[in-house]
Amino acid sequence: MTEVADRPAAAVGQPMLRKEDARLLTGQTTWTDNIQLPGMLYCAILRSPLAHARITRIDVSAAKERPGVVAAFSGADLADSWSTLPTAWTVSADMKSPPHLPLATDKARHAGDGVALVVATDRYAAADALDAIEVDYDPLLAVVDMTAAQQDSSTLVHDDVPNNRCFTYREDWGDHEATKQGDVLTISRRFINQRLIPNAMEPRSVVATATPATGEVTVWSATQVPHFVRVFLSLNTGWPEQKIRIIAPDVGGGFGSKLDVYAEDVIIPVLAHKLGRPVKWTESRSEGYLATIHGRDLIQDVEMTVTRDGVVRGLKVDLTVNMGAYLQLLTPSIPLLGRYMYPGIYKFVAHTLTCQGIFTNKTPTDAYRGAGRPEATFVIERIMDEAAAELGMDPIEFRRRNWITKSEFPYTTIAGLEYDSGDYEAATERALALLEYDKLRTEQAERRQRGDTVQIGIGTSTYTEMCGLAPSRWLGETGYVAGGWEAAAIRVLPTGRAEVVVGTSPHGQSHATTFAQLASDELGIPFDDIDVIYGDTQAAPIGLDTYGSRSLAVCGVAIQKAAQRVVEKARQLAAHLLEADPGDVEFDAGAFRVRGAPESQKSIQELAFAAFSAHSMPEGVEPILSADAVHDPDVFSIPHGTHLCAAEVDTETGAVRLRSYVAVDDVGVVVNPDIVDGQVHGGVAQGVAQALYEEAVYDDDGNLVSGTMVDYLVPAAPDLPPWTLDRTITPSTTNSLGVKGVGETGTIASTPAVVNAVIDAVRHLGVTDIRMPCSPERVWRAIKDARGATPGGAA
Amino acid sequence: MVQISVMVDGVRHEDDVEPRLLLVHYLRDRLGKTGTPIGCDTSNCGTCTVLLDGSSVKSCTVLAAQADGAAITTIQGLSTDGQWHPVQQAFHECHALQCGYCTPGMILASVDLLSRNPDPSDEQIREGLEGNLCRCTGYHNIVEAVRTAGTAMRARSDGGSATTGVPEGVSA
Repeated sequence: MTEVADRPAAAVGQPMLRKEDARLLTGQTTWTDNIQLPGMLYCAILRSPLAHARITRIDVSAAKERPGVVAAFSGADLADSWSTLPTAWTVSADMKSPPHLPLATDKARHAGDGVALVVATDRYAAADALDAIEVDYDPLLAVVDMTAAQQDSSTLVHDDVPNNRCFTYREDWGDHEATKQGDVLTISRRFINQRLIPNAMEPRSVVATATPATGEVTVWSATQVPHFVRVFLSLNTGWPEQKIRIIAPDVGGGFGSKLDVYAEDVIIPVLAHKLGRPVKWTESRSEGYLATIHGRDLIQDVEMTVTRDGVVRGLKVDLTVNMGAYLQLLTPSIPLLGRYMYPGIYKFVAHTLTCQGIFTNKTPTDAYRGAGRPEATFVIERIMDEAAAELGMDPIEFRRRNWITKSEFPYTTIAGLEYDSGDYEAATERALALLEYDKLRTEQAERRQRGDTVQIGIGTSTYTEMCGLAPSRWLGETGYVAGGWEAAAIRVLPTGRAEVVVGTSPHGQSHATTFAQLASDELGIPFDDIDVIYGDTQAAPIGLDTYGSRSLAVCGVAIQKAAQRVVEKARQLAAHLLEADPGDVEFDAGAFRVRGAPESQKSIQELAFAAFSAHSMPEGVEPILSADAVHDPDVFSIPHGTHLCAAEVDTETGAVRLRSYVAVDDVGVVVNPDIVDGQVHGGVAQGVAQALYEEAVYDDDGNLVSGTMVDYLVPAAPDLPPWTLDRTITPSTTNSLGVKGVGETGTIASTPAVVNAVIDAVRHLGVTDIRMPCSPERVWRAIKDARGATPGGAA
Repeated sequence: MVQISVMVDGVRHEDDVEPRLLLVHYLRDRLGKTGTPIGCDTSNCGTCTVLLDGSSVKSCTVLAAQADGAAITTIQGLSTDGQWHPVQQAFHECHALQCGYCTPGMILASVDLLSRNPDPSDEQIREGLEGNLCRCTGYHNIVEAVRTAGTAMRARSDGGSATTGVPEGVSA
């Protein structure tokens, strides 16, 4: 990695202010809902109020008579216009993927399942007319509990999926049962990783317009994945793919919830095509709570064996995962994206993972920031703290005894995944110092001794994760339909400015800035002279979009490759114009010079014009200074870090206050430190939110009780502390930039750190687990129950 | 229909509106002021915050008819003479926005906060922005930006030279 370290730092590594900000700060944005087209109509969708019901009759005729209404359709009316929505990952041979039509025709399978729609001249008229649609439902028992769902007596969400079982999966590495032999401790826990609502601040929205004469369709969608939408819209409708243009304009957050091909991504273009007029649909927040995917929702049964002197041996994890009512784009694969992460950074000798996906009458689950890896990290980091407590060891010391040491990299874990690099020692030492760990432990002992009503706890999470999705070969082997490569093209324009065209598009990640920094250093063209183009399948036709912390680790390398090709082409042209041998032309900071004759030089800007005018090109070199590249990674990106949380727990009220939170992450080479810090800040906030605040709650009839933002606690500024950040830098050895993904690390790391802290604060009272979110009521009850179980127990 | 007369970002608008029309829909759909986005339907998120006669309001909880006679400032009217407001500048310099969807509301709520308390503590900033949700930043840099903007605005009102200029090459 000396090549990376020795490169003269021009833009990479600097906290460049973002190119994106100017329009976002001044309201000159193009959110999908901002788009107004001549003659545009508004669509409103009627959603089932029942979680599970047969649809026996739908009559839209009265709705058509309402003022401003142009059309109204039931699911049956449009059934010939589309086919089932896609699921892109077949995770096992036994996986059942039942039909999922954009509008339900036979049964409503979750509260919020779309059954009919209205198209009107304005959004108020469309919403009003929904009241005039008559639907007769024959209510069925709602399947809400995953354990009950598997009973033979259970109602079936899909008639042809017995026991509501979508898939089963098992993998064994070594013999877990054998690790129980001898004098070992076996620790078992059941963790509940609760259902979350992603809550990107921009609700989903789709606008479509069609040209019936040519069959062309243009769709604006608040999506993370315009390229996916294009392919799947073509497959779903049968429209020729080349006639479809998808634009993801400014997208206001995604966190996985916009990594999908939704019913409305099909419905709205179909309506535009059918009616010959532009159509818009924008979900309300409460509608989105039902109609946009949820995250997590799994039961995690874990069993760990460890020797009496604190050496981990075996780990068995049984997952029962709630698919919800249908499989969305990646639903069944989400728990399995964490399949290699359960052993974490520790040297287990055996590991078994089983997973079963269960259908219920709830909103489908799918990717939510971290997607499978937060779930895995929660299990391993929680059970490590539980084991340390049972062994009477300090949780840091217990981890040290078991983690992969710096000298052992590259290291292949028991789950078969190779970690290329890392320095857990350094990250942990730094985090301990920043938190003032020893001082806090002293204070903790004092508070315990004097029976303070406010107790403090320290929680640890020494996480790693696999991101940078993904090697195409691995994706193929695991049943995914597409690849994981990424594409970039660089065009140096006649005026010497450059465009970088990329296949990943942002929804807050700062691609325009980070990628311009990369290209600036590679090309020697000033940062301000480079713009990045994305998010439009016509302007950036080749790409696999943004998710899984892949943009820098995968697309960044494609940009570097393309830039190097541009430089090589320019070198050929420079040699030709300077009448030198290409081998004698050196490139540095935008200038090509003949070795030994530095006055004989051409700038990359001069060469761009020369390649444009093409008056004198070398033999075999084509005009225009441009190049493209595709990068398909060989392996995943493996960032890591140590997060420590200090929490105060009021033992009389159960209230939790985070006193301090330290995150020391190692994401390899950092292109823009401010942007990386921002990713960690927001990621940690979302993980803390899972630990303390958020849960999607259903009642026994399958109604989403936390159905509005009033009832679902997205933390506001007073609910969160400031974050203390630092990093160690261990360059990745598996990509030429030395970078590792950062978009999900905070979320992956933070949830167990916080829960471990809460439990550490009250463990001396007999508490060994608290279900997330650790609300005041749950914490208070846990303390009360533990006190009941241990007579005389007092704070 | 109700006849209203409102000043929006310095421009007078006379319109007939349905009594139930929300101010935010009037701004967005009738006036094309799409810099003010909508993030929820329960007045929780604060994304649609504007200044109404100088005070921050969630424009989804105000009827257009109620705004009759008022002067409204949206994010699109906050810059003056091509100069960003110090809060806009501070959000830029402190990386206090990522996707930017909450940003207009967050900035206008911050402007209101600083007008009432020019030198807030970090805790007062957090409490003051409680009605505005952000899902990207974890609020850390937003707090820093408001503190930074407050410092710049106090320096300016003291006759000092705050850095409030628009960066080169950026048109506000």
